Amino acid sequence: MILTILEIILVVVLIGAALLAVWYRDLVAAVIASSVVSLMLSIIFYILQAPDVALTEAAIGVGLTTIIFMIAIRKTKRFEE
Amino acid sequence: MRKVFAMLFLAIIGFYLFNTFALIPFGKNKMNADVAASYLNSGVQKTGAVNIVTSIVVNYRGFDTLGEVTVLFLAATGMGALLFRKKPMQRSRQNASVIVKTGARILFPLIIILGVYVFVHGHLTPGGGFQGGAIIASGFLLMFMSYRTYKVNHKVLSLFETFAGTSFVLLGLFGLIWGTSFLANILPFGEANTLFSAGIIPLIYIAVGIKVGSELTAVLDTMLKTVK
Repeated sequence: MILTILEIILVVVLIGAALLAVWYRDLVAAVIASSVVSLMLSIIFYILQAPDVALTEAAIGVGLTTIIFMIAIRKTKRFEE
Repeated sequence: MRKVFAMLFLAIIGFYLFNTFALIPFGKNKMNADVAASYLNSGVQKTGAVNIVTSIVVNYRGFDTLGEVTVLFLAATGMGALLFRKKPMQRSRQNASVIVKTGARILFPLIIILGVYVFVHGHLTPGGGFQGGAIIASGFLLMFMSYRTYKVNHKVLSLFETFAGTSFVLLGLFGLIWGTSFLANILPFGEANTLFSAGIIPLIYIAVGIKVGSELTAVLDTMLKTVK
């Protein structure tokens, strides 16, 4: 029961963050939103008994990709026209 | 003439694709019933790896893993070629706070050890070469973020990368020489659930881990060198 509620919360946050990532004009906020998507996805993978994928998603999706996007934004423009 | 060749080529591809799909009865879920069950039931006996995901990634689909590693290598090389500068840009002199710096210095060796643990135990516990390599790269990222003057030696990184990539291909070729096929498991399996088991799977995952770790660190370093 608790697990079901947790899963529903995770999925709702995931979809909300994914929509925000598309909607934001500020690219830094969009990158943070997409890293939230990865974080939620990694917890969902762990609950669904796929720890291998959860590890990959946490290390690459939340950590490295976010930072690489941040560096790229610092090099280019922060706001989308 | 070219059109004739193109049509011939398409016909050959179509013929083989049709033959493959014709073997699967229409409307039947063959994948779930036969393939998954056979991996789960006979994976440990056939590959010696307790972690079924590892036995699929490195043993059953080892050639695909070689392709994935090659894709990552090409991406890193392309990035280095696009962002190449003779004189790296000076990064801002401002350092992180003392708390971040001290924390990073304490955490860095622990993160590296965690990454090495993850890829050495790839055949026993969740995780493997890609995950361990990404963890190692995030450890280096922490150092890049907290110490503005922190440098990695690109020559050493490419040496590690070359060594790991070559040993992956060489292990595959050994399988071709002494075994039945490319990447065949030629070493004895040992006792399942112990560190020295599963033949060449741990060796391949160590190579993949070193390769992914050094490649991602090189990518981060290249990115950071081109921004102020």
